[in-house]
Amino acid sequence: MLTRRGLLLAGGWLAAGAHAGKAFAGASRDEVLAALPGKRPLIQRAFRPPNFETPLAQLAAPFTPNDAFFVRYHLAVIPQVDPQQWRLNVGGPSAQRPLTLSLRELRSGFEQVSIAAVNQCSGNRRGLFSPRVPGVQWGDGAMGNALWRGVRLHDLLQRAGVGADALEVVFSGTDGPVLPQTPAFVKSLPLERALDENTLIAFEMNGRPLPHWNGAPARLVVPGWTGTYWMKHLTEIRIVPTAFDGFWMKGAYRLPTGAFPGAPFVSQQTPETTPITEILVNSLIITPVAGTRLRRGAHAELAGKAWDNGAGIEAVQVSFDGRRSWRAATLMQDLGRFAWREFRIAIDTSAPGPLEIAVRARSRNGTQQPDTLTFNPAGYHDNIVQTVSVEVT
Amino acid sequence: MRGAPAGIVLAAGVVLAAGALVLARGGGVLWAAAGEITQLKDAPGRDQTVGRCIICHSLEYIPSNTPAMDRAGWQKTIQKMRERFGAPITDQEAQQILDYLAANYSGKS
Repeated sequence: MLTRRGLLLAGGWLAAGAHAGKAFAGASRDEVLAALPGKRPLIQRAFRPPNFETPLAQLAAPFTPNDAFFVRYHLAVIPQVDPQQWRLNVGGPSAQRPLTLSLRELRSGFEQVSIAAVNQCSGNRRGLFSPRVPGVQWGDGAMGNALWRGVRLHDLLQRAGVGADALEVVFSGTDGPVLPQTPAFVKSLPLERALDENTLIAFEMNGRPLPHWNGAPARLVVPGWTGTYWMKHLTEIRIVPTAFDGFWMKGAYRLPTGAFPGAPFVSQQTPETTPITEILVNSLIITPVAGTRLRRGAHAELAGKAWDNGAGIEAVQVSFDGRRSWRAATLMQDLGRFAWREFRIAIDTSAPGPLEIAVRARSRNGTQQPDTLTFNPAGYHDNIVQTVSVEVT
Repeated sequence: MRGAPAGIVLAAGVVLAAGALVLARGGGVLWAAAGEITQLKDAPGRDQTVGRCIICHSLEYIPSNTPAMDRAGWQKTIQKMRERFGAPITDQEAQQILDYLAANYSGKS
C-alpha cells in the first residue's frame, strides 16, 4: 500500500505525460490517469461527478477516439439509459404539435446527416488561468473532434410546429442531481441557433453508437458553440416564448458582456453578463512537447490543431524566436469547417540552441489568437497564443 | 515536461495498491480504474468537510482548487453550495468546514 505521498508522486509522474508545460509548472501534481468503464485511462479531474480529460497525445488523431473522448458532468446521478425504453419529448408552450419519439422513430423519421465538429468545454484550459480561478482545473484536453451522425434539430422542431411567439428552445437529459433541491442541468439555445441546419440530435459518434459517458443514446450537437449546450442523454426539448431562467443559464456559463467576440444570446443578456456562446479561434501544439531535445541537423516537424467557431481556419503562423518573426504553417486536410484543422511546419535544426516556439491561428471570421488573457471569473475562453520551449543540441 | 512520451511513464512501472492505478511494466498496456483518490488532511473539521462535501461530489475539487483559494474564496464556495445547490449544511458545520478548508487548502498567491 502506497502512502499518500507515494500516490501524489505517482500522480505527478503520470500527469507529466498529459499536461501542457506551462500548465504543469503551475498546476497541482495531484493528477492521475484512470479509466471509467468503456474508456481508456484519462486524466481524472474528478471521479464524481465524472470529469475526465483527454491526454495531449490522444488529441493527435484527426478524430478523437470515442474511448479517449473527454467526459464532463455537473451532477452525479447518471443513469444507464436503455435505448429501447428511451423516449424524446418535443413540446413546450410554443410547440403547436407536441410529439414523442422512440430512438427507432428518431433514426427513421428524419433525414440522417453527419458533421465533423469540435466539442470543447467552455472551461478548457481553466487550470492554465492566471490568476487561478475555481472550477474543474482542466488542461488542454477538455476537447475533442468527432464525426457526429444524427438528425437535424430543425426537422424535429418543424414537425412539432414552432409557434410565432417562440423565443428559446430548452433542453434537458436524464442525468440529474443527488439532492432534489439542486438545480437540474437544463440549458437553452436562442431559437435561431436551434433552427440552424448544423444543430443535430446525434446518436452516433465516429461511426459507433454514442458512448454512455458522452450522452447515449442521443445528445445535442451544436457545432461552433461550446460544450455546455451539447446536452447529453437528451430526453426533453421545449419550445418556449420566454427566456429560460434556470440556474445553468442565469447563474453559470456567463461572461462579462462585451468582453469577447461571438454570437449574441440576446434573450439571456444583461448589461453586466452574457452567456458564453461560440468557440474562439484557438490552437494547440501537439508535437514537439516542451523540453524536447532535437538533434542538430535531424529532420524535425511541429504539428498541432487549430479550430474556431466554424468560420474556418484561414492561417496558422509559427514563431521559433520568441514571437519576433512568424512563418506560415501548412494547413493539412480540411475535415469540415466545424472540425479542427491540423497544421505542420518543419523545424530548422541547423543551429544549436534554444527555440522558443509560439503558434497563432487566424480565423476567416477576422479574429486571431491574442497574446494576453482576457480575465473572467469563471475561467472561460483561454485562447491565448501558446508557447513551448525546445532545444537543438 | 509537456507530454513526456508514454513509454517513459510506463517504464516507471508504477503499481499502486487498492486498485487505484496499475501500469504494466514496459508492455504498453495501461490499466486503471476510476475511483475516489483523495484523502483530505487530518486536521480539526475534516470529518464534517468530508461528510458534507461527498454527498454530491468526490474530493479532488478541494486540493485541485487550492491554488485559486483563500478564506474568502472558500466562504464564497460554501455559500454557493448551500444557497445555489441546496447542500444540507448547518451554520455550525459551515463554520467548521470553512475553518478547516481555510487552514489546510488555501494556496492563492
